[in-house]
Amino acid sequence: MNSRLISMIRKEFIQIFRDVRTLAMILVIPIMQLFLLGYSATNDVRNIPLAVLDQSRSAESRALLDAYRAADYFRIAYSVDSEAEIETLIASGDARAAVIIPPDYAQRLNDGNAQVAFILDGSDPTSASTALSAALLISQAHSTEILTQRFSRSGSTLRVQPPVQVRTTVWYNPDMISAHFMIPGVIGMILYAIAAILTATSVVRERERGTIEQLIVTPIRSWELIVGKLMPYVILGFFNTIEVLAVGHWWFGMPIRGDLGLILILSIVFLITGLGIGLFASTIANTQQEAMLAVWMTLLPSIFLSGFFFPLEAMPAFLRWLSYLMPLRYYLVIIRSLLLKGVGLDMIQFDVLAMTLFAVSIMTAAALRFRKRLD
Amino acid sequence: MTDTLVQATDLHKHFGNNRAVDGVSLHIKPGEIYGLVGSDGAGKTTTMRLLVGALLPNKGEIHVCGYDVLKQTELARSQIGYLSQRFSMYEDLSVLENIRFFAEVRGLSQTEWLPRSMEILEFVGLADFKDRRAGQLSGGMKQKLGLASALVTRPRLLLLDEPTTGVDPVTRQDFWQLVIKLVSMSPSPSGRGVRGEGVSVLISTPYMDEASRCHRVGFMKLGKIIAEDTPSNLRARLNGRVLELRGNPINTLRRIAHQDEDVEDVAAFGDKLHLRVKENAVKKVISRLTKQIKSQNAELIELRPVPPTLEDVFIALSDI
Repeated sequence: MNSRLISMIRKEFIQIFRDVRTLAMILVIPIMQLFLLGYSATNDVRNIPLAVLDQSRSAESRALLDAYRAADYFRIAYSVDSEAEIETLIASGDARAAVIIPPDYAQRLNDGNAQVAFILDGSDPTSASTALSAALLISQAHSTEILTQRFSRSGSTLRVQPPVQVRTTVWYNPDMISAHFMIPGVIGMILYAIAAILTATSVVRERERGTIEQLIVTPIRSWELIVGKLMPYVILGFFNTIEVLAVGHWWFGMPIRGDLGLILILSIVFLITGLGIGLFASTIANTQQEAMLAVWMTLLPSIFLSGFFFPLEAMPAFLRWLSYLMPLRYYLVIIRSLLLKGVGLDMIQFDVLAMTLFAVSIMTAAALRFRKRLD
Repeated sequence: MTDTLVQATDLHKHFGNNRAVDGVSLHIKPGEIYGLVGSDGAGKTTTMRLLVGALLPNKGEIHVCGYDVLKQTELARSQIGYLSQRFSMYEDLSVLENIRFFAEVRGLSQTEWLPRSMEILEFVGLADFKDRRAGQLSGGMKQKLGLASALVTRPRLLLLDEPTTGVDPVTRQDFWQLVIKLVSMSPSPSGRGVRGEGVSVLISTPYMDEASRCHRVGFMKLGKIIAEDTPSNLRARLNGRVLELRGNPINTLRRIAHQDEDVEDVAAFGDKLHLRVKENAVKKVISRLTKQIKSQNAELIELRPVPPTLEDVFIALSDI
């Protein structure tokens, strides 16, 4: 390798290691993010606090409540005596759902037309929809059970069964653990953010501090300057990838089913996209703040339009089209497929191709804009 | 080619509507110290940046050591040591790390850089501080580090952009001694290494005492070099046209001098006033002012012709 490039890389590394605070941030932030998102960004609804108004107070009503208790979707947090209390509890958020069992529940159950009221706080649609389907499932199962008991008591050997039975099998993430879906996203986001922000600020810093003026008048070539600047961040970003994969795998139990080598290679390709965006931002920005802001402006749409949190299928067509412009979108498909599904390259061709295309074109555009001059 | 190290012809550089450099031509001989003076914004820094290829001119040609700066940029740069106005070493790197980085990037090999760096640090007097972070150096030491970095590859042309601005007088003196050593034909100061012969220096400075140390001086104004000569020839332009006036109260004297039709300019130099008068008007002005000052009850201590300083010339040129 040529000596100018080596000098450039060595200088860059010395600066990175001297700036202990930034280095610590580079190493610690990904882990913090991972823990934050791994635990907080979860759609797994459990233990919804439930208020119960049991006006029937019968063996039958207690049986129904036992059914609720048995499913871990709900936690019977309050037993109340009036509907007004339910209103207060839901308004205050102490209870997210309530069941009202009317006084004549046991009586009407015998007649075969019992009713219970289920009240739901719909302000958070995600947990509300989970709670709703859970409540329906519990009631249906309970009804079936009552029918079965009734038939067996009447001496019938007939077993009650719905005519159609759905046997579900969940592939890839059988327990539907959100963290397994989130961690690959975190890897993508971290690679993107770290690569882009660090590159942009480190190039702009040379301009801000005036060192670029001295660098420009040396015979170093533009590509040597660019590669020398970026190489340390490729290495750091690569280290971050391994770091997050390791913690994700051993702490959160996220599977790594695909070829690890392929995962790392494609991660580097994606890293280059981030570096290119950072480099591009640095050619626009005059100060480190501007550079940061420019990167953030690309980061937020990337996160929302890449399928990181929200499924792309649910988005309006316009946003879905826009999402094709987000390199993170392709990387998320790739990394999730590789980690969770363990597919081979053939299944993700399109995304690999698109991502590579983005990496090459962004880097080229940035390199072309990057001038070894002051004007 | 050998008698001109820098040959720049009709340089133009515009930033929007601002003609920062507007038709500058420069010729600098080997071993010459050329001083570029002028007010802030006159175009000195832009001229230097054009010479080193950090900016592209809108028009004009530049040759340094026979290389076309626009076409053979890197070859030309290899002959140039450039010290920018702003400190542009890495503050988080040590003195030696900075020198090493710039030495290697400019092509010194693994085996060359260390002896060469130590020699140059010895020369500028920073050898004892080689492990100190550049950010922790004093202003003068920073400039010496910049100079050392510019010199490490033995350039034939040194471009120094206001190297002594904001530096204390003693360090300024040191700095100038280094520059003079560099261009002097005498054997190199540190024994064998720093080659004196043929190094040319283009230095910009706001200090007239520094300008008078240069072999030639160019006055820049609004992007043009409006006068260019040796310091003594420049001073000769105002021979017999500068009067020194001392007395009390100085404000009255100043007002009186201003009102005289043959006085072009009044400049304060401490407790003295320098009057620039029209040609062949010295005698008339002395007699008129002496009378005026008496009639207004002011005290006249001294009024006499003095040899012009470069500062007088600078002010006169700025007025044009």
